[in-house]
Amino acid sequence: MTAYLDHAATTPMLPSAIAAMTEQLAVTGNASSLHTSGRLARRVVEEARERLAKALGARPSEVVLTSGGTEADNLAVAGTWAARRAADPARVRIVSSSMEHHAVLDCIEHLVTHEGAKVTWVDPDRTGLVSEASVRAAIEQDPESVALVTVMWANNEVGTIQPVAALAAVAHEFEVPFHSDAVQAAGHVPVDFSESGADLLTVTAHKLGGPLGVGALLARRDAVLVPQTFGGGQERQLRSGTLDVPAIRAFAVAVEESVERLSLESQRLVTLRDRLVTSALGLGYGVEVTGPWEPGDAVRRLPGNAHLLVPGCEGDSLLYLLDAAGVECSTGSACQAGVPQPSHVLLAMGLPESVARGALRLTLGHTSTDADVDAVVAALPPAIERARRASGAVT
Amino acid sequence: MRVVAAMSGGVDSAVAAARMLDAGHEVVGVHLALSQSAATLRQSARGCCTIEDAGDARRVADMLGIPFYVWDMAARFERDVMEDFVAEYASGRTPNPCLRCNEKIKFAALLDKALALGFDAVATGHYAQVVTRQDGTRELHRAVDHAKDQSYVLGVLDAAQLAGAFFPLGDTTKPDIRAEARERGFYVANKPDSHDICFIADGDTKGWLTERLGEHPGDVLDAVTGSVVGSHTGSYGFTVGQRRGLGLARSSLDGDPRFVVGVDAARNTVTIGTADLLGVNALRGDHARWCGPAPEGVVPVGAQVRAHGAEVPGLAWASGDEVEVRLETRLRGVAPGQSVVLYDGTRVVGSATIASTWLAS
Repeated sequence: MTAYLDHAATTPMLPSAIAAMTEQLAVTGNASSLHTSGRLARRVVEEARERLAKALGARPSEVVLTSGGTEADNLAVAGTWAARRAADPARVRIVSSSMEHHAVLDCIEHLVTHEGAKVTWVDPDRTGLVSEASVRAAIEQDPESVALVTVMWANNEVGTIQPVAALAAVAHEFEVPFHSDAVQAAGHVPVDFSESGADLLTVTAHKLGGPLGVGALLARRDAVLVPQTFGGGQERQLRSGTLDVPAIRAFAVAVEESVERLSLESQRLVTLRDRLVTSALGLGYGVEVTGPWEPGDAVRRLPGNAHLLVPGCEGDSLLYLLDAAGVECSTGSACQAGVPQPSHVLLAMGLPESVARGALRLTLGHTSTDADVDAVVAALPPAIERARRASGAVT
Repeated sequence: MRVVAAMSGGVDSAVAAARMLDAGHEVVGVHLALSQSAATLRQSARGCCTIEDAGDARRVADMLGIPFYVWDMAARFERDVMEDFVAEYASGRTPNPCLRCNEKIKFAALLDKALALGFDAVATGHYAQVVTRQDGTRELHRAVDHAKDQSYVLGVLDAAQLAGAFFPLGDTTKPDIRAEARERGFYVANKPDSHDICFIADGDTKGWLTERLGEHPGDVLDAVTGSVVGSHTGSYGFTVGQRRGLGLARSSLDGDPRFVVGVDAARNTVTIGTADLLGVNALRGDHARWCGPAPEGVVPVGAQVRAHGAEVPGLAWASGDEVEVRLETRLRGVAPGQSVVLYDGTRVVGSATIASTWLAS
């Protein structure tokens, strides 16, 4: 039996989403066509858009459907940057946190390298928190040059939840648009687009029980964006391409259901997570938990996120040993050709590279049970001992 | 047994992994990332460890249904193979990095990590054979395909390393391995063999060394007269036996071609001479490594001094870390730094790094 503890990578589809998607897959129809089949497809898309909007505190016209989180992040960051610079050539600077997902981080790097953008990276504190004061200080270096502020809602590695509404308010004091990547947050903690004050918000389906390959950028009607793909002019002319009707329908079902049962599910996951973290800390071996850690907390840390540091171990050795023992998890950081790199998130939080290499990310989701926690707690001690010997063997 | 199959992304290691699985072992594929800055795509038969190669290895592992991991050994490779390579050239020798990689990486860093993680052995796609004797000790032998035989680059393995090594391809010829790969449906079946030094992707060893060692202009001397006959930009760019690129106004002074007959790193000189000065029949090696018990006294051996060179009969005697070898016939262009691998029939006895050569009477 396999214990799947990598829900932050992708989580199983909800049965209701599978049912909606498979039913729709059998139906022909391009939502842009004018005949009956096209109109029926259009209707499915628009109903889904309305349900998505309602569940996330947005208006239907604010939902720009995309192929997923990366595309939505790229559209938000590159699209806003290009529009702001076109309106005022002095606005070339992006303020962002140094612990963003690569979909934001590398998009900004691209703009810096190829388009003449400037960037001010704001470092989080030791728990992964980006403070209002640090964002304010970054803007105040030269307020007239800022094109955009972008800070993620919740971190994909350590699970820290940012004070998004406060950060958006700081950006707005300087009349700068604010974007947040809420890929890890939507469906897991309360996310209300309108209340957050953000101008742009990224969500994706497969992190909350929907299918892979579909997501959305929530964009206020007054958000000015330059499109990043060109073609048929779908989605407010911002995102061309034939709409994936079955995936969009399933996306809406998944968002709706995960938001509906959020408070109960959140409590359930917090209980599992707390037992997992407490047990891991109690194993000895000097295991530490990163990020904000307080039992019962679902406000400052994602309910399903347990991120551990195991001293004296290489994360990839632990990963192999746990995989062989039927426990699937992640080091949490990006890979280069399959090689786990020291996490930029942990480095940004001020951890030394040697410590960051022993990171282990265990993430729980809607299919997680007590048995999964038992499995990982049982598998950890022999894996840690073996991984330590292997670490000693190669250094 | 639980076995790590080292998978480069090439055809040989793919078939080796498949054969280990067929033999009933529990196999996990591991691709070694040896470059700090891997390129995206393979550009030629040279180079290695591109992301494309890792992808090819992963695809084969997926087809076999075995777990697959990429292990980052770039820092170890840099230290134990590349830095050693530069240091050897800088001291006037001509190293063979493939032996060093087998000794320090594949059958040390990789094998040690595998053993620590609970594996029993490492299998590679090298063409060589391991023969287990009745008493359980293991011998390293040449592959049946002598044209492809790679026992030379494995001559550095000691008994402990050999105990954790499998070479499943040693009983088969290369064309048959390609045919087997096609039968198994591996799309790497027709992937070209890799050649030359994997970490010098463009094949320009001298240019690569110059980047690291800088230019050090010095004299080219005539072996007989001792007079200066030319100049060079760094003695590390030369290898005993080399004929081309000597930077002479004319390739020969008297109609006979000239070769490098000596490199003196301390004086930064390169000495050239005619072909007859290249012949040697005696050599001394250090850094001796024995695949089994060290030979005692004077023993008859076959000696091979380069990867695909001929084997020459002779006598060898070992003394501690050193070996002296007398050959029955002269060999040309034996460069210090290269390894001499000693054979007893098809069995590999051991190896040493050549420190000096001479013509004995």
